[in-house]
Amino acid sequence: MNETFNPRDWAGQPAYIAPDYKSTPLRGPTKPLIPLPQSLSEITGPVYGHESVTGDDADLTRNGRRNGEPLGERIIVTGRVFGDDGRPLPNTLLEIWQANAGGRYVHKSDQHDAPLDPNFLGGGRCVTDANGVYRFLTIKPGAYPWGNHHNAWRPNHIHFSLFGPSLMTRLVTQMYFPGDPLLALDPIFLATPAETRHLLIADFSLDATESGYALGYKFDIVLRGRHATPMEA
Amino acid sequence: MALRQTPSQTVGPYFAYGLTPEQYGYDLASIAGGDMAPPDVEGQHIRVEGRVFDGNNAVIPDALIEIWQADSLGRYAHPSDPRGSNATFKGFGRCGTGTDKQSRFIFDTVKPGAIDTEQAPHLNVIVTMRGMLLHAYTRIYFADEPANATDKVLGLVPADRRHTLIAQPIGGNAYRFDIHMQGPDETVFFDI
Ligand SMILES: [Fe+2]
Repeated sequence: MNETFNPRDWAGQPAYIAPDYKSTPLRGPTKPLIPLPQSLSEITGPVYGHESVTGDDADLTRNGRRNGEPLGERIIVTGRVFGDDGRPLPNTLLEIWQANAGGRYVHKSDQHDAPLDPNFLGGGRCVTDANGVYRFLTIKPGAYPWGNHHNAWRPNHIHFSLFGPSLMTRLVTQMYFPGDPLLALDPIFLATPAETRHLLIADFSLDATESGYALGYKFDIVLRGRHATPMEA
Repeated sequence: MALRQTPSQTVGPYFAYGLTPEQYGYDLASIAGGDMAPPDVEGQHIRVEGRVFDGNNAVIPDALIEIWQADSLGRYAHPSDPRGSNATFKGFGRCGTGTDKQSRFIFDTVKPGAIDTEQAPHLNVIVTMRGMLLHAYTRIYFADEPANATDKVLGLVPADRRHTLIAQPIGGNAYRFDIHMQGPDETVFFDI
């Protein structure tokens, strides 16, 4: 076994306990993590490639249709997935979920008084191509209120989940939109160290925009990369 | 390193229709669920169940638990395991704690074999939920495995915390493994 992965960039990650995000103080681990050497259990991980995506999985404007088109602003969300060694990651699964244009999730426990859209589910999947490129077509999610503090609103965001090539590369994150005034007020976004927050915000891209159809946003994702020189066993 | 890693953000309370749609009754196919091993998968079929507790010892009904494991012969279904694995067993399971009346996660799987001579049979676990800005890793070992005594990972854990990593048999083919995010029995989490 000689493949290893670069360590997690702890300085760029949010802490487990971020008191302004009020459900963290009782849910985040409090004892120091115990470092493990990388064995076969860590360098392997769930393998989900092209076979896990079918039909309209990457087109959220279609995969929830019942009797028409979903309401809201169509957008294209595209980008590349890399290891932090700079190498693109092909054949990598991305799973996303999001609120509809009105800021309402299909989830049964979402009590926000905004309409559900019968033609929008808000869940989708995509696999990166040989160059690490992924592309979703969806509806721009609305902002929604949450109970963290008085008059708290989540900025527009799309949830992302990736495995990458190993158990260690697992990433669950959220993509935000440029220029959103709620970012400066959001305890979840602000729990991220200032130096890496910009990595969570997509760029508007005219290249990714389709004329007469939908605005494009670019969001690259960087997972832990393969270690250049294998460590001594 | 050429690029900075993308920061993690919480999975939030509404992951169900994206990550576990079939379990929660949404109209999208799941890539994985709690039933990891159809009957034809070779090995000892077991159930692993448990609950997740917060710092007030309250049961958490919106956690997401993921399992990554070797097959019954200790082989991972991954290209980095040169031995290959039982083709019908993928080794990945996913279960939210929001559908069971007792807020349990429940995995029906096969007991993994030992992957090498240094480690006892174990399940690799990813724990995440609303209120966690970054997932956490732990492991599930089995109380009835003598190899636990010499397992190199358990050996890295202070003796008075090792019990938090051991699933206990509860009759039939089932084991219980509760996860405590905090408190005197806080589960051991790893930096892998
Ligand atoms: Fe959300």
